[in-house]
Amino acid sequence: MANEVAVVNEGTQYIVVGLGNEQYGIDIKYIDNIVRMQSITRVPKVQEYFKGVINLRGEVVPVMSLRIKMNLTDDEITNKSRIIILKLESNANIGILVDEVKKVVTISDGDIERTSHDRKSGSQTFISGVGKVEGGLISLLDLSMIIDDEE
Amino acid sequence: MDVSQYLGVFLDESQEHIQTLNDQLMVLEQDPENEDSINEIFRAAHSLKGMSGTMGYKRLQHLTHDTEDVFSAVRSGQMKVTSHLIDILFQALDAIQEYVDTIRETTEEGDNDNEPIIQELNKALAEGTGEAPAAAPAASAPAAPAAAAPAAEAAPAAPAADLPAYKRIKLEDAQRDVMKDAIVAGKKVMGITVKIEDACMLKAARAFLVFKAVEESGEVVLTNPSSQDIEDEKFDFVFSFFLITDDDLDKVLSECKGVSEIENAEGELFDEKMVEDAYNLSDKPEEAAPAAAEAAPAPAAAPAAETAPAPAAPAPAAEAKPAAAKPAAAKPAPKKAVVSHTVRVDTEKLDVLMNLVSELIIAKNSLVSAASKTDGENTALAVNEQVEYLESVTTSLHESVMKVRMVPIESALQKFPRMIRDLEKKLGKKMSLTITGEETELDRTVVDQIGDPLMHLLRNSADHGLETPDVRAQRGKPETGSIFLNAYQDGNNVTIEVGDDGNGIDVEAIRQKIIERNYAPEEQAMQMTDKEVINVLFDPGFSMAKKVTDISGRGVGLDVVKSNIEQLGGDVEVKAKLGEGSTFIIRLPLTLAIIQALMVLVGGEKYAIALGNITTIEDVPRSDIRLVENREVIQLRGSVIPIINLAEILDVKSNREEDENLVIVIVKKGESLAGLVVDELDGQQEIVIKSLGKYIKPSRMISGATILGDGEVALILDSNALI
Repeated sequence: MANEVAVVNEGTQYIVVGLGNEQYGIDIKYIDNIVRMQSITRVPKVQEYFKGVINLRGEVVPVMSLRIKMNLTDDEITNKSRIIILKLESNANIGILVDEVKKVVTISDGDIERTSHDRKSGSQTFISGVGKVEGGLISLLDLSMIIDDEE
Repeated sequence: MDVSQYLGVFLDESQEHIQTLNDQLMVLEQDPENEDSINEIFRAAHSLKGMSGTMGYKRLQHLTHDTEDVFSAVRSGQMKVTSHLIDILFQALDAIQEYVDTIRETTEEGDNDNEPIIQELNKALAEGTGEAPAAAPAASAPAAPAAAAPAAEAAPAAPAADLPAYKRIKLEDAQRDVMKDAIVAGKKVMGITVKIEDACMLKAARAFLVFKAVEESGEVVLTNPSSQDIEDEKFDFVFSFFLITDDDLDKVLSECKGVSEIENAEGELFDEKMVEDAYNLSDKPEEAAPAAAEAAPAPAAAPAAETAPAPAAPAPAAEAKPAAAKPAAAKPAPKKAVVSHTVRVDTEKLDVLMNLVSELIIAKNSLVSAASKTDGENTALAVNEQVEYLESVTTSLHESVMKVRMVPIESALQKFPRMIRDLEKKLGKKMSLTITGEETELDRTVVDQIGDPLMHLLRNSADHGLETPDVRAQRGKPETGSIFLNAYQDGNNVTIEVGDDGNGIDVEAIRQKIIERNYAPEEQAMQMTDKEVINVLFDPGFSMAKKVTDISGRGVGLDVVKSNIEQLGGDVEVKAKLGEGSTFIIRLPLTLAIIQALMVLVGGEKYAIALGNITTIEDVPRSDIRLVENREVIQLRGSVIPIINLAEILDVKSNREEDENLVIVIVKKGESLAGLVVDELDGQQEIVIKSLGKYIKPSRMISGATILGDGEVALILDSNALI
């Protein structure tokens, strides 16, 4: 699934995921696993962006829809859909549902422009910066903002 | 020596010893002459001391050592058990417990020296034994484990030798006190140094005879070297001691010289000033010397200021200055993260497990061979047979593993008799605690966490429940209030009842309080049933205590009890009768991890309901539903049961909206019943409870999830939260 792997000694590796027409980067050090779409058990009475829970090798892991969290239209499940399992703390996994996983890129710190804190659009708060790569820009996701659910 | 790996064992065992001490001290308080319990106490105290020494916990060792001294004196009959003594011992025990708790949290023992308690102990020891006749310095004294601490006061050839040896002995607080008291009481206190002939082969025996001779007339307060070292022949040819006696110095000296192979004995009478001087004797040379003394090849290095706890030496060992007198022999255990929880498992249970695992392997092998057979139909049959066998083995295996996690609830209850005893003194009420069913087994996690809620309920009973003695007398109740705690297994649950024969709960008083505090509008409050009123007690922030005491009544009370118990998957209810007492009934699941559950389908989704909460399953025609106060109810065998439409509260569309009949699962919570309307039943199953993870916070009615045989996740409904 990774079309192109850039290997540079310095910089951070990001997995590039597609969400609608946009590309987002997720810092690879937080990623535990990427799994194909599987049946998700709905959990009643939780925030809308939680799709439910899945069975990940015997553990129950909640799955969040990145699209709903970022105020986009609801997910359309295709065979490109993936669940990215994030591990921000030990013993606490969470999955995020994305349209597709594109590639792995390495972006050096110099090529990242940190976002200023003006919050014009709703989704901007989930972006920690924009990275320049060959052929375009990638929004880098601020995972702690996405997962922190004090809403 | 790296002892960190033993830390878990140390903690477990010291906890056991502390518990033994607590229990036996309580027995001793009731029956001060009980020899069995004195012996038991002594053993526990001694092991505790040894263990803490080995682990390098100096302060803990010091405290346990002094405690042991007291027990030792009691055991040898030099001291009587008084209620004051018991109080001090309990204090010491609490301090020991504190050390152990600190060690559990940080692996260090902390820096509280507990000097006041140690002084109390020594004082009690000195007072208790001051008048008692001294026993022979028999060998029963256990060696202090840290006695290896070599301190100064080396051979008589030491540079400071211009003073007689007995004048170079440093006294400790307690010894000084004993000696001064003796002088005041008109007794003679003398320091004596005895020299044994160089040719003597049996120094220890000679020394023993000397002691035996002088102890006929008096009492040896302190020996140097320690009596233990003298016994072990760890001294040169000179030893010194202090004696309290009625006899004259000359008579004592001649008695000493009367023992054969004694070269010389010299000594002098001590007055209060000399005692004080000896007490103020600088211990500098001691501090400076250890290295040299250690290096010296001669066994002469006499451990100074370190009297073994020989029963003959009533003076507490001079360990009161452990830090200065002892070079660090054992380094404290290196830092390690918090100790893991362990379960002690009966080896029988392990044997059963082992057997089952062997059976599992056999089943697997049979399965392999059955599957490799070539003819079609028979293979299917054989495989099926083996699968069934496999199933029965895994079920038993499962059960056994669960049993390994089960521990008797006893460990959570052990501290209560002591607590009630303390409360008795504090509150000035007479009370007795009866505990039954300590052997009831529960999951280790539950047992670990049930202690606090139970303690709270017991305190409540003692503080609010039981009346003062005069009120009890007026009501014609026995003077001693009884508090009880009964635990028993009840199907898939364990029930614990905590109650008393005290005042009960005054429903009207609570109702008034509710109105007074604007907790609910007056009208509503007046309409509440007694049960509803009592349930208000469990709401956060509602405390009934008339005055705030440090025993209960800080406004965090029953609500905490309730939420703690609910966290463990249990529930609590109250039965009370004004004037006759109250009972709190706690129900807990046998185990947290695995439950028997009924699987139900609602709107195409599968949910699990704990079987333990289900009473019956009913097929009810839709037309039987009645509306009472806008709630749907059904009548079932005479009782009116509210029904809950699961599809509605789970936000799904029922598949059976058109059907004539409803499938209703009747669940109970305490004594209330409710009917859950489901679409279909999907059989009974043993499920493993999993948490939904940290990030997703479902409503309280979802208590977790489980993974089904086909890999799907099903949610577990908590029927208690639905009612």
